[in-house]
Amino acid sequence: MPFSMTDIQVKLNPNQYLPFEEKVAELDRQIENLRRHAAQNGSDQSAEIRRLQRLETGELKRIYSRLTPWQIVQVARHPMRPLVTDYLELMVKDVRELHGDRCFGDDRAIITSLGQIGREKVLLVGQNKGKNTKEKIACNFGCPNPEGYRKALIKMKLAEKYRIPIVTLIDTPGAYPGVGAEERGQAQAIAANLMEMSRLKVPIISIVIGEGGSGGALGIGVADRLAMLEFSYYSVISPEGCAAILWRDGSQAKQAAHALKLTAKDLMKLGLVDAIITESLGGAHRNLHDTIYNVEQYIIKTLRDLKRTKIENLLETRYRKLRAIGNQYQKSIGVKAPRTKAAPKPSTRPKIPERVSIEAQLQKMQEITRQNDSYEFAELSEQDTNP
Amino acid sequence: MAKGIMAAKSDKSQWNGFSLKPRKQMPEGLWLACPACKHMLYKKTVAENMNVCPECKYHFRIDGDTRIKQLVDEDSFEQMCVELGSDDPLKFKYRGDTYKNRIRADRKKTGGIEAMLVGKAFIRGRGVMLGVMNFDFLGGSMGLVVGEKFCRAVDRAIEESLPLVVVSCSGGARMHEGVVSLGQMAKTSAALAKYDESGGLFISVLTDPTTGGVTASFAMLGDIIIAEPGALIGFAGPRTIYETIKVELPAGFQRSEFLLEHGFIDMIVPRNQLRKEITRLIDYCGK
Repeated sequence: MPFSMTDIQVKLNPNQYLPFEEKVAELDRQIENLRRHAAQNGSDQSAEIRRLQRLETGELKRIYSRLTPWQIVQVARHPMRPLVTDYLELMVKDVRELHGDRCFGDDRAIITSLGQIGREKVLLVGQNKGKNTKEKIACNFGCPNPEGYRKALIKMKLAEKYRIPIVTLIDTPGAYPGVGAEERGQAQAIAANLMEMSRLKVPIISIVIGEGGSGGALGIGVADRLAMLEFSYYSVISPEGCAAILWRDGSQAKQAAHALKLTAKDLMKLGLVDAIITESLGGAHRNLHDTIYNVEQYIIKTLRDLKRTKIENLLETRYRKLRAIGNQYQKSIGVKAPRTKAAPKPSTRPKIPERVSIEAQLQKMQEITRQNDSYEFAELSEQDTNP
Repeated sequence: MAKGIMAAKSDKSQWNGFSLKPRKQMPEGLWLACPACKHMLYKKTVAENMNVCPECKYHFRIDGDTRIKQLVDEDSFEQMCVELGSDDPLKFKYRGDTYKNRIRADRKKTGGIEAMLVGKAFIRGRGVMLGVMNFDFLGGSMGLVVGEKFCRAVDRAIEESLPLVVVSCSGGARMHEGVVSLGQMAKTSAALAKYDESGGLFISVLTDPTTGGVTASFAMLGDIIIAEPGALIGFAGPRTIYETIKVELPAGFQRSEFLLEHGFIDMIVPRNQLRKEITRLIDYCGK
């Protein structure tokens, strides 16, 4: 039997079809029935099956060419969508996972691993959501804790030391909002990553493979090149969270998703994403191999480009790129009502308290030393006028 | 008769008997109630006391102008990038309202153009680059203009080798600007990396509240981090945490004292000591 596309396509359970895929689910059911029928009485149904498959392909093309932002969010969250572990399995050779942040623990929500993509040695950093319930709980549903970010940073520094390029795969609903995470400094961990990643002396590629949830995603997402899968999203806040705040109703997530412009296409238009990687027909979860192959090819090609650049130039370009974020949307507002309360008039020079002359300072110093043998230099200038 | 009294008691909005407790609803005007100790305070007294409750030292939230007035030497603040405004990159619309309208309303309300004021100033004679966030403007959220102003302040601080003092007071990244505002976190952090390499001193002052994307970027990257007493500082807001884990949060959670205990800030400084403390730190570390 010749090798056909359907063989490597993932079979979905009836409950894994998204609400807008009803027709596809129906066609799949019919195909399944025909197959069973053919197997039972040995009749040849292949012509009919092929016809239905063509119909299904057409239907998928139609649906997936005009997904709304909210539908894209749903695809990005699909339970069968390939996770970092799938990428490690299908894309990376000779995986050597590295554990622990040398400080508190090993966060399973972020995987750091040495490996080879194509012929290139890389450090792969990725957020993992977990396949089954047990894994999901261990991975905290893909919400990293501070130790995860610290682990990522420590491994990235290692990669910098040995000039190994870094590839990060982003797939998280957001950094974990919990008591422990706050106690261990979630904000500080992410902030430190942002600062250090902006000056790591190796090429960095970031790819959003599923959900790109806010600061949690950005915490491993400062890069020379940022790419997104076709049906992934990247947002400053989850659509539900945004709806809860601005619409005062979490169920308005659909509108929020639309307003937030969180799809790859929109972000490309805004100039925030460098590339969009195409997924297999009907989303990455329908054909893992195709999608992951595309990602692999993108990484290989981009790494080749980046490695050609001198590292100083690369850092300078990265800095310029970060600094330019949003600059095209600034505009000069006519200064009709500038804040003049605290600002001085241009003609008057700001009143700077006079520094006491050196002689006077010395004299005062001696006086003070005589009085109480202690000296605080902050007190030497003019007396503080504030209470 | 008894029934009538019961009815009155159960209805909280009505008469609540001869309570000696101070009344919660106060007439607008000269007086205000301290949210912490419920004392009635004369507004003028509070203002003279740097907007701190004289009874319990509760630090009231203050706007950018007042902060600058309290922090720097008289008339020494020289503002830069005043004219910078945002052009609504997402064309954000919600509930029949638009982001543009919201900005316009807040500009009118605060008399400023954005949620951050930056400029050169003198604190007890020491020149600093100062950035002050204004919570009244869209919750002090960091949009593209706030990020850009911050970076320009950093640039100028590098150029003139001045110490950088930023008073944060913000709800986080501005969601009306989507990923553009998320990118500001990376942008400001990258600018600080440059500043760090140039050897400058960055004093980050955290005031009530500092949460979200601002905490997770420049606010937590200070060489020295100071917090005002009792300020709410954290990554996720307490309500988000409560909704995620559905467990009552401990008292004092995410307050300055909590952060000091867990080692994320250097010191807690009351408002009236802030000038003195900043000068002292500049004298120790500044160039």
